Formats: sequence, structure tokens, C-alpha cells
Amino acid sequence: MTARRVRAWIVGSAAILVSVVVFLVPFAFVVLQAAKTPAEASDLKFSLPRSWQFFQNLVAVLQSGDGLIWRAFINSAVLTVASVALMAIVAAMAGYVLARKRSKWGPTVNFFVMAGLIVPPAVVPTIWVLQALGLFKTMPGMILIETTFGLSICILLFRAFFNTVPTELDEAAIIDGAGRVRLFFQVILPLLRPVIVTVIVVQSVFVFNDFAGPLYFLPGTDNATVQTTLYTFAGQNLSYYNLLFMDILLITIPPLVAFIFFNRQIVAGMTSGAIKG
Amino acid sequence: MSTATPATSAQASDVAAPAQLASSEPPGRRRIRSPYPSWFFIPAIALYVVFFAVPTLASFYFSLTRWSLFDAQFIGIANYVQFFHDPQLYTSFIHTLIYGVLTSGAKVVIGFLLALLLTSPVIGRGYLRAVVFFPVLLSTIGVGILWKSLLDPFHGMVNGVLGFFGLPQPGWFTDPNLALYSIAAVDIWKGVGIATLIFMAGMVAIPSEYFEAARMDGASGFRIVRDITIPLSRGATATVIILSLIGGLRSFDIIWATTGGGPGFTSDVIASVIYKQYQAGFYGLSTAGNVVLFVVVTAIMVPLSFALNRKQVEL
Amino acid sequence: MISPKAATRLLATLGGLAVIGTALAGCSGSGSSASSGSGKTSISVLAGGNDAASSKLANDLATAFHKANPSVTVKMETRPGGTDGDNLIKTRLSTQSMNDVFFYNSGSLFQALHPDTQLQPLTDESWAKDLTADFKKTVSTDKGLYGAPQGTTFDGGVMYNKKVYAQLGLSVPQTWDDFISNSEKIKAAGITPILASYGDTWTSQLFVLADFANVAAQDKNWADDYTDNKSNAKYAKEPALEGFTHTQEVFDKGLVNKDYASLTNVNALKLLATGKAAQYPMITSVIANVVQSNPDQVNDIGYFALPSDSGTPHATVWEANGAYIPKSTTGDKLAAAKKFVAFINSPTGCKIQADAGTPAGPFATSACTVPDNAPALVKDELKYQEDNQTGLALEFLSPIKGPNLEKILIQVGSGISTAKQGAALYDQDVKAQAQQLGVKGW
Repeated sequence: MTARRVRAWIVGSAAILVSVVVFLVPFAFVVLQAAKTPAEASDLKFSLPRSWQFFQNLVAVLQSGDGLIWRAFINSAVLTVASVALMAIVAAMAGYVLARKRSKWGPTVNFFVMAGLIVPPAVVPTIWVLQALGLFKTMPGMILIETTFGLSICILLFRAFFNTVPTELDEAAIIDGAGRVRLFFQVILPLLRPVIVTVIVVQSVFVFNDFAGPLYFLPGTDNATVQTTLYTFAGQNLSYYNLLFMDILLITIPPLVAFIFFNRQIVAGMTSGAIKG
Repeated sequence: MSTATPATSAQASDVAAPAQLASSEPPGRRRIRSPYPSWFFIPAIALYVVFFAVPTLASFYFSLTRWSLFDAQFIGIANYVQFFHDPQLYTSFIHTLIYGVLTSGAKVVIGFLLALLLTSPVIGRGYLRAVVFFPVLLSTIGVGILWKSLLDPFHGMVNGVLGFFGLPQPGWFTDPNLALYSIAAVDIWKGVGIATLIFMAGMVAIPSEYFEAARMDGASGFRIVRDITIPLSRGATATVIILSLIGGLRSFDIIWATTGGGPGFTSDVIASVIYKQYQAGFYGLSTAGNVVLFVVVTAIMVPLSFALNRKQVEL
Repeated sequence: MISPKAATRLLATLGGLAVIGTALAGCSGSGSSASSGSGKTSISVLAGGNDAASSKLANDLATAFHKANPSVTVKMETRPGGTDGDNLIKTRLSTQSMNDVFFYNSGSLFQALHPDTQLQPLTDESWAKDLTADFKKTVSTDKGLYGAPQGTTFDGGVMYNKKVYAQLGLSVPQTWDDFISNSEKIKAAGITPILASYGDTWTSQLFVLADFANVAAQDKNWADDYTDNKSNAKYAKEPALEGFTHTQEVFDKGLVNKDYASLTNVNALKLLATGKAAQYPMITSVIANVVQSNPDQVNDIGYFALPSDSGTPHATVWEANGAYIPKSTTGDKLAAAKKFVAFINSPTGCKIQADAGTPAGPFATSACTVPDNAPALVKDELKYQEDNQTGLALEFLSPIKGPNLEKILIQVGSGISTAKQGAALYDQDVKAQAQQLGVKGW
């Protein structure tokens, strides 16, 4: 027992040391850049700011474009939450049947799932479809687009993990008289919490970080998302590196906090003790 | 419930066969049938067809036209001919293979090891998980600017440290022989968090009884990993391989954010060549390129995915 | 493993959030497109980019216009620059989702928008008569005029540090050999002679693009021959080849800065302003950045036209950008948009352009005049104009410009390929572009 604890200590310390160099230093660089003056930030040096401007830069970013960033945060949050929730449910349902049912359509469906991963979306025809449905430039339209673009990855993830849920369970539940819909939502899905959390985390990041989607399908100042604000600070002539990094920092923190929260969910799923290595 | 092995999933096929068009039946009718309602597909199919398949098929038609977005003129296969005559096509194809194999290979290996580490009881686990995942949260634009700054050959921190120890200070993104590999490294840095997460989800799903039994038999940590963790996280492995290889063959966003395919054309991949054509307003040509890329990637991925999924079932 | 109850709750929460999210979205979606009909109008304006100068100019114009016309609110939106911006504009126009007014390049990029079908004609607006003939040409088709000038014209050539030149007793070079010998002397004095900033790829093109007035001075029909695919007007042949050989020569002779591959435009301008470097082949519109970063040294920077192998150097001129109104803008919004476009070149508008936009050359309309406090290099530019030694850049004379010129020139300018190879590759690139445009004769 003690030997294992010593090993946990050594391995953990080594990992922490490596992580500081590989992951924490770049993060620190972002923070330092965000606290510099424009002139100093454009030197790109890894150094403490000569005069700390963190607060001034923060205010400057928050105030730019009449407080555009606040609206952008709300838009991004709505878009991310709604589309990820939708795609998680839709993809879980499809992935479930796809994983369980071995029909002759399997390879075809598989092909279309792969196609969804491989083919980049065609921007202009997609706008035509949205216009035909009256959804262009609207948040619901954007949500459906993001949901669709995320479906393939979600289905792939779900399908891979449904196999870990034993099928006896399905049959037992049906014999017990549970409806098929209840079986899925009340028996199967709860067993998949680690996968659901994974899907939510992975897709939230994609949607939250998507720049091209909102740029083309959700134009207009009122519809700005956080990624489009980044472009306000990153022109062809980069003169405000400090504000750019402040913006990067600002829009990275909410997902980081969310991730740390969801991370606990994964840990919670593990406490029943999958691996005690 | 944890006594079943994944092998039972193969039995599902026996149950599935008679229930082909179950969706047309009114719900709640009691008879012996598949517990898997086909209508579960419908929402996904509807979204997929309306917002993806229709626009994509429309755009495939435009690959046969000279398309300015304002009008389109049918020109047959001229775009395909032009695409295959692109002077950068051959080198960028080679770059695509190098980049795809390198990034997906590294993500699988490093992601697996990280997941092993992060699911075992090490100190600072919560911190480590957060920090490994931090790059995933950064937007691509942010990653590009960040690493261009850190890897700047003259003012960047990395070369500053190398110089301090008297080591050579390469032009990471500016040396034609190095740029592609530097970008691949950044891609791995950014993407390994996702791979780790998927592997972790897979490992967590392995019933703990296996590990306990193995430990009771006195198996070493290495053997447990080899005989239990690796085979039983096949589903996760297959997913990571598929996602990261497709990503590696098709994506170019990190390339675009760091070197733009340069210096010159030395870090161009097929996807970035196509994107540049799109940027240049060659909409028909770039769509033709996408069709070609689709065929190539599908030719690689479909057999691979078939093989990966099959293995999973045989287990 | 996990209690089913907890997971159901999670799912229920997710479902709930989805409903709320969609509901919220519905509100914000419908709210944004509303425009009230009570005499008040709201128009949206798409700025000419997202750099500090473009945003400030558009913002200041919007604020001042609203002050003068309280019934019209102007919403400003920025956009990516470069080719990302080209795509965005084409996509929005072709899907009738363009802002009510947008700022964009004139010349071949403007022509690529299919103005006759996409833009509102502005031929009969009162400000049209004040435009210079050159500008009129670059925002017109056979059927009419579509744009008002926004910003000033500017020149391509060499921006140089006057103090360094004075210190070393150098004079403005007339021929390419003079330029090289000046550069050698600067190098001997321990100062970077010529700046290359391939960290921003577009900056690699100046030895070629800014040389065009010299090419046109030698061969008046070059632009037309080039568009018509005549064999004499190719980059692999003189006179146009010299842009490529010059790019290679300065690299081969070690006259550029060490960090040529990673240096950015903004930082190169700082080196130039502070005298750490002496010459920078550039377009003068970037002087706006110097006004921000080194305000005290703006007037140390001068301009001369790119010296050519033979004869007197000519300044290559870029026309002002345009303000355009799409066909999709109609009714009250159209009237307000036209008012806004007229306002840009009103006395107040001119003042804002001069203050926020930093004049980098003369205006394209007689309604605005360059203020006395304009950067010193504007006077250098005006001298070429007075001496009639100017010529328009190729993008205003021909629709064809290969998209890969900047990458090809970086290869030439960093020793990856030779000038001859680069020029031949670019001729191929030009051919691809012409075929995609459907130009006759390719």
C-alpha cells in the first residue's frame, strides 16, 4: 500500500513537472501578454510586463464595440448549450439503434456518418436551405446547423460506447414490461454518463470555438459570438496584441471552468472504482 | 449487470432482423419485437438530410461549373482537370499523409498513456486533467498566435531557452524543412486532450471486476494494461484513430493559423490547397477538390473503420 | 455504476436547457431584424476590415452621422480582412444578406462582385461629379457608377528613413543600381538596408506590385496584353520579370534583415521609424500604424517610387477603397444608406477621414483635401503626381491576379526558388485564375 502511494507521488510529481513546461507556460504567456502595453506585447517576449496593465486591458476589451463582448458571451452560451443538448440526445438515440441493430443498412449508415466527418460543409448552399426555411440569421437556425455538423462525431462516440452496456439488460427490461422509449431514457442512458459527459465536453468546445459557422450563417452585430470578437482584435495589421490576448484569456476561462465542473462528473463516475491501478 | 462481456453485443443481430420497419407501427403494441425503435433514427436523419446532405449534393453539382457565387456556368470536368494540374498537388499529397499519420499516431499513443495516468491514483490528478485539456479550449486563432509568438525564431521563448543552453535555435515555422513538423507538434499539443478524454471514458467503462480478478491472480501492472485495458478499450481506440486520422487528413486550420501553408508552399496539405482555392474565389474548383479529397479519405477510412469495428465485435 | 436517478435528472436538465435555449434564441433572433416604421431607420455598415484604423474610421463616421441625422441609427460591424473578407462579402451579396452599406476595395475586386446585378447604382448622386477620373473608372461598369471613395489613394514603392539617408549623405535613388549601392552603404554603416517581413505574407509582393508603373511606362499595352494572354506580357519575360529578380537579388546580396521570415509588418514599421532599418518596400497606407506606434517619428519616414533597371522611376498608385450599397437595401434603408454614403465625403466626413484614417496620399474626390498635418511622405507622393510620373496598379487595369503571388515571392525572397522559377510558376497561377474567371483567350 505504501509502495503504491510512493509511486503515485513520484509519477504524479513527474507529470506535474512536465505539465508545467508543456501546458502551463503557454497559459502563463497568454496571461502575461494580456497584462502588457501594446508596444511591449508586440515584442512577443516571455517576460513580466514592465508596467501591469491587466485591469486597463480588461476594461478596454469589455468596453470595445459598446460592450459587444457581453452580448457575444450570451449568444455563445445559448448556442453552445442548446446545440450540444440537442445533438447529444439526437445522436444518442441514433447511435443506440445503430450499435444494437445489425441490419443490412449498417454499412450504408456507417458510410454516411463517415461522410459527415469527411466532407466540409458547403457554405452557400447551406445558406440557401436556411433561407428557404426562414431560419437564416436566426439563432434556432444556427443551433440546428451546429447540431447537424456535430452529429457524426457524436454518433461515432456513442456507438463505440454502447457496446460496453450489456444487451441482456435491454431484453430483461423489455420482458419486465418497460416501454422501448423508457428503456432507452431510463435504463440505457443513465449507464452512459461518462460518454455523455465526454460528448458534451468535446462538442461544447467545438461549438464554442466555431468561428466560420456563425460568421456565415449568423451575420449581424447583434448575433456576434465570442469567436467573432476575436477577429476584432486580430487584423491583418496586428497592433493590439495585448487586447487580443486578453480576449483569448477571457473567452477561454468560461469553458475552462465548465470543464473543471464536468471533470468532477467523470471522476464521480469513476468512484465506483473502474481502475484502481 | 457488470457480468456481461462486450461480446454479447454480437447477439443483437439476431434480435434486429425482423424489426425492419418497426417505425410505422403504433407504439405500445405488445408483441415480441426488437427493443430498438427504428424511429430513433428519424431526428438525426432529418437534420442530416436537410442541413448536410442537400447542401453537399448541391455543391457537388457546382464542382462541374465555373461558379462565382453570383452565377454558375457548366464546364464539365474542367475543374477536375485543373485540380489535378495544380503544381503543388503532389507535394501537398505527401505532406497530407505525413501530417495525418504523424498527428493521429501521436494522439493515439500519447492520449492513451495520459489517460492511463489520469485514471490512476496519482497526486494532482484534477490539476493534470484540467491542464491537459486547456489547449483544447483555446480557439484555433488563439493557438496560432500563441505558438507563433512562443516559437518566433528570434524573440520567442523556446529559442530563448535553447540559446541559453547553447543549443541551435531553429526557425520552427520559417525553416522550409521544419515547418510541417512544427505544425504537427502544435496540432498534437492542441488535440491530445480530446483523445485523452475519449480514452478515459473508455477505461472508466471497463468493469472493475476484471482488474480485481487480475490483481488477485498477481498480474503485474504492465500485464493488466496489455491484457485488460488495451483490449477492452478498443471502442475508444477505434474512435480516437478514426477521428484523429480524418482530422489529420482533412483539417488544415492549425496550418492556416500558423504558417498559412508556408514558407512558400512547404507546409501545404491538400486541404489547405483547396482552402486557398476557395479563398481565391475559385468556388467550383475548390468544390471539385473537396470531392477528390472526399473520395481519397473515404477510400482510406471506410476499410479502416470496417476493420476496427469488426475487431471490436470479435473480441 | 451511477444511480439512474441522477442521470435522469441530468438528462432532464439538459432537455430543459435545450427548450429554454431555443426559446431565448427565438427572442433574440426575431428582435434583431426589427426596424421600426415610425420615421426612425436603422442601417448597418460593414467596415473595411478589422484593423484598428478601419474600425475607428467606420465607428467615427457612424457616430458623427447619427449626430447629424438623429432619425437614423448606424450599426457598425467589422469583418476579417484579406481573402477571408473577399469571401464573406461575396457570400453575403449572393445570399442577399449584405449590410446596408459596405466598404470594400475598388478595381478588380470590385468587378468580381458582379456590380450590375448586386449593387445599387449611384451614378446620379450629387457627389459623383467631384470624383477623379481614375477613381470613377475603378468603381464603374459600362452601366454605371457604384461606389463612393472612402479613405485616400496611396502609393506603392519604398518607404525610407529620411534621417538615416541624411546621416549617410545618400540621395533618393533613380535606378535600381543606385538603390543597391545605397543599400550597400547602409549595410556598411551597421543599419538594416532593406526590410522584409514575411511574417505577414502579403508584404512579400511589393517588389513586383509596386514595380508595375515602371513596367507600364516601358510598355503601355502591357496590362491589356496580359489580360488577353499575349505571349509578350508574361512575368517570365522582361520587363515584368524584374520584380522577381529584384526580390531574389536583395536576398542573395544579404541586404535584408536576418528575421525576414518571421518579422511582421507592424514590427518592421517600428524598425523603420526608429532608424534601425532604412528602407521598406511597402504601400504607404500602412503609415496609419506608425501614427499609432511611433507618433513622434511619423515625419522621419519618406517615400520614393520603386527604382527600375532603366530610366525614371514611376510611382504605382492604388485607388481609394469604395463605399457601396447592395441591391438588397431598399426603401427607407436605401434612402438612409445613400445619405450615409454622401456623408462620407461631406466636409465633416472628410475631416473624420483625415483624423481617423490618416491620409496616405491624395483623396480621390475634390470634395476632400489633404490636411496640412498629413504625414510627410504624402508630400513625396504628391511630387510624383505633379511630375506626371505615376501609373495605376495592375489590379485596377486587369481583372487577373494569381492568388499565390505572395507565397511564390516568399519562396523567391528566401532562396527556396529562383526568380525565373518563381515567375514561371506565377504565370501558371495567373492562367489558373484567368480560366476560373472565364476570361477569353485562356
